[in-house]
Amino acid sequence: MRRLAAVLALLALAPRAGAAADDAAGRRPGAEMVRLPAGTYRPLYGRPGDAPTAVAAFRLDRDAATRGEFLAFVRERPEWRRGAVRPLFADRRGYLADWAGDLDAGDATDRRRPVTGVSWFAAKAYCAWRGKRLPTVHEWEYAAAASATRRDAGREPWFVQDLLTRYTTRPRPLPALPAGAGNLYGVRGLHGLAWEWTADFNSVLVSDDSRGVGARDHDLFCASAAVGATDPGNYPAFLRYALRAGLTGRAAVETLGVRCAA
Amino acid sequence: MPTAAPRPVSLPPLAAAAALAAGAILASATLTGCSIGSAEAAERAEGAVPRLRPTPADAIVGEERAVLTAAPNVPPPITRAHATKVIVELETTEEVKRLADGVSYTFWTFGGEVPGKFIRVREGDQVEFHLKNHAHSTVPHNIDLHAVTGPGGGAAATLTLPGGESVFTFAAMNPGLYVYHCAVSPVPMHIANGMYGMILVEPKGGLPKVDREFYVMQSEFYAKPGAAAGAPHTLDMERGAAEQPTHVVFNGSVGALTGDRALQAKVGERVRLFVGNGGPNLVSSFHVIGEVFDHVYGEGGTMVTQKNVQTTLIPAGGSGIVEFGVEKPGTLVLVDHSIFRAFNKGALAMLNVTGEDAPRVYAQNKGLPMAAH
Repeated sequence: MRRLAAVLALLALAPRAGAAADDAAGRRPGAEMVRLPAGTYRPLYGRPGDAPTAVAAFRLDRDAATRGEFLAFVRERPEWRRGAVRPLFADRRGYLADWAGDLDAGDATDRRRPVTGVSWFAAKAYCAWRGKRLPTVHEWEYAAAASATRRDAGREPWFVQDLLTRYTTRPRPLPALPAGAGNLYGVRGLHGLAWEWTADFNSVLVSDDSRGVGARDHDLFCASAAVGATDPGNYPAFLRYALRAGLTGRAAVETLGVRCAA
Repeated sequence: MPTAAPRPVSLPPLAAAAALAAGAILASATLTGCSIGSAEAAERAEGAVPRLRPTPADAIVGEERAVLTAAPNVPPPITRAHATKVIVELETTEEVKRLADGVSYTFWTFGGEVPGKFIRVREGDQVEFHLKNHAHSTVPHNIDLHAVTGPGGGAAATLTLPGGESVFTFAAMNPGLYVYHCAVSPVPMHIANGMYGMILVEPKGGLPKVDREFYVMQSEFYAKPGAAAGAPHTLDMERGAAEQPTHVVFNGSVGALTGDRALQAKVGERVRLFVGNGGPNLVSSFHVIGEVFDHVYGEGGTMVTQKNVQTTLIPAGGSGIVEFGVEKPGTLVLVDHSIFRAFNKGALAMLNVTGEDAPRVYAQNKGLPMAAH
């Protein structure tokens, strides 16, 4: 039985004929990681005059995890199947809600779409299963601040506008991967597809009522961070932080997926 | 404020007295239940604020589900003479709809419509508000109803993930016409994308009877064309920040209330407009061409603040109620009299009045042929 599961997992992981856009090395989109060099960036929330936040070098999946990859995971780890997952770890109303069954992630094209409707617990377990981990908020934002040509494009009006447009006109259903042009680091689809989990999504809390910026004390998790935006024009970042503020570890949202780091 | 902890030392004498009185009322409420007598005394005190008065007349009797209407329709007047528990259900959605001819826009909505569905409750009602966010939404949403007394006007209790639902209750303490809107960060974007509507808290005893009531809400859009031809427009960040809209509209799109969709009334009828302004930026100089407002309830309050008004200001995030009789057949034109907005950007709606001609009210005696209506 175990062996069968392993074979099935291998089948699910194997490159599919439909995945014509696999990279030159013939690897699956989700398997490949890119290395991001150490650097600094200026987070949305911080005190004026704070030094930029340092981010150590790390690796990040070039593409988001696909349904097919997540299927391989739940085949091997039945406790994360839709019908078996513990409600403490995933809100069952949303968990893999667009799958047809516990082990039915759709046809070959569907299985190349980004997986969404996964809880933080499931996303974390998935990355661990891959021998990886979830990126931190700082890592994710650092990677996401890059345009195709610049490391820190977060304050460039055209980049802000481009992200706003992408966020509000996301395709449904999400496209099969790989999709989206790579940014400077070669990371694809960070902005045009689904939101993505981070390890410490709740470390910076945005007020649920956004107009009192800086007026409230939110050091539930992040003892040092006084909340106050450094860049009120960075609406895309506000959208991301607002989503994070609404999340709990068991939340399973149809527009939220996962990408692993290492 | 009587609701604050009494700190008589730091307050001027009157406020201190009020605070003490409120404290005493609070104490008596806690210990013995509310004494009507002392509550009324406090109400008469200078600077008193509206409070819940759990008198027998305000007992919550029964329960009903609010009937919400899409603009320009308004739910029927409330006829019951008692307060009740009202269940309001509203869902936030994100959808592509027409903004103007040849321009589609990715709207964020309350109830699938811009402006959001009209809610009508009665002063004293206990409102149980269910806010759902559609599973396909990109972002979380919440609701700040200006009629609500409490943190964020409800926003603090209703941050709702896509696919989720929040429920909160509030007492409709202050009668009047109020705007509601989404207040999730970044709030200007949520409002600029269409997330506003209105709630009427009808005063006890209701509003004076009229023949027609309409829901008209102005707002403006900052539309940037999509990259591909025919792709929906989205918020233009630079225009929004510069307060330079591409479209200024009544009821969510250019022409929403013109032609076949014009408002209708008959000669001799009295008309009431519930006028709101979602903004996000502009203040409206609301005017009806060919009519004078007999009554204006300034800023959506419960008192007729002025009679015989030509143009009334509707603040962003605010409202006004205007009433007038229609005495002459023809088309009345609703505009924002900041007139480039009407002529160039869409801030124009129509009210068609039909019925018997009234030459004594208005007649052309000499000149070019009158435009046909």
